[in-house]
Amino acid sequence: MELRILGSGCAKCEALESATRAALAELGTDATIEKVTDPAEIASWGVMATPALVIDEDVVVSGRVPSTVEVAGWLATR
Amino acid sequence: MTTPALARPPRANPVRRWSLVAAGALTWWVLYRLNAPFWDWLLFHAIGVDADSRLGDSVYFFFYDLTKITLLLCGIIFVVTVLRSFMSVERTRALLGGRREGVGNVAAAGLGVVTPFCSCSAVPAFIGFVAAGVPLGVTMSFLIASPMVNEVAVVLLYGLFGWQVTALYVAAGLTIAATAGWVIGRLRLERWVEPFVFETKLRGRPIDPAAGLSWDDRLTMGREEVASILRRIWPYLLVGIGVGALIHGWAPEAWFADHADGPLGVPIAVALGVPLYSNAAGVLPLVEALYAKGLPIGTVLAFMMSVVALSLPEVILLRRVLQPKLIATFVGVVATGIMAVGFLFNAVI
Repeated sequence: MELRILGSGCAKCEALESATRAALAELGTDATIEKVTDPAEIASWGVMATPALVIDEDVVVSGRVPSTVEVAGWLATR
Repeated sequence: MTTPALARPPRANPVRRWSLVAAGALTWWVLYRLNAPFWDWLLFHAIGVDADSRLGDSVYFFFYDLTKITLLLCGIIFVVTVLRSFMSVERTRALLGGRREGVGNVAAAGLGVVTPFCSCSAVPAFIGFVAAGVPLGVTMSFLIASPMVNEVAVVLLYGLFGWQVTALYVAAGLTIAATAGWVIGRLRLERWVEPFVFETKLRGRPIDPAAGLSWDDRLTMGREEVASILRRIWPYLLVGIGVGALIHGWAPEAWFADHADGPLGVPIAVALGVPLYSNAAGVLPLVEALYAKGLPIGTVLAFMMSVVALSLPEVILLRRVLQPKLIATFVGVVATGIMAVGFLFNAVI
């Protein structure tokens, strides 16, 4: 599973990353996390409000920090 | 299809949720009412500072204003974040797509006020708008209105200056955003946008952040936004109120009265305000103190607008998508609009 965290390094992006890592740990799943900070690449995902989380090829959330439970839910259905 | 261990927690009880909201609102109201009597009692009676001295004046201004602004900010940010969770940049873009210039600029300025938007997303949003076919000038109207007429500015202006000044500020801000965007559109400056913006392919389906949220989610977002904004702006707030308090107690009124009314007041205010980076919360205590010292309202509002609407960090961010000539035009057009508003207010009021 490939995860991407889109965001220019604001506090919320870090909050999203830690929620994602916590969810992965809870599920015992292994995944690569890539941080995308380039605004052009962020935009190319169709994202206009950061932070955003991309699982494989799908944007699952943008513009807010989801809870660990929410992230785990998205990860578990993959 | 979540595993049982990770199932969503059971829905919170609505009665409990709304009682908590009501209790919070009541606490806020009581604290707001107690602000003035509390500091009056503590400083002038319990500690015994001389109420008529410069020191007493400044210290009272500092603590009273700090408490008042912090309370106003908490209340407003919470309410506005909850309301805005029904709106999103995606919806705004959909509303703006296919609009002609003119109408589009006015709509963009209005939507800039109600759309939840952080200036840290300015570049992805710019690309997203332009690549989806929203005209350049309309996109600019959105990007100008969003920081200038935001909830923090509006409520603080209301709290410190009353509704007339607030209405003036909002009307002026929307007019500047719509007009400046329209002018940029008429100038046909698309050639000064970095070419990759138009070539950006939007892959995937954009998801709407406003969809599928429960009331608990929205209230949590409100609470988290209050914490995150206060964490970000408290240094600006302290500096702004500190400088405001010094001006309040020490700045010579006679000097201001002699020098503040000249025709150069507005251009100087804008020239000082453009490079400065602060936000409404940081600049308003300063504006309030300067106004109390006799600086004309047009001059202080022009100063505030140029601080919140234009800044060096924002220009550096936009450089990623706009060529320097377009950035210079953008700053020039907006600064001219702000000066025009400043002169107009000074002449009329």
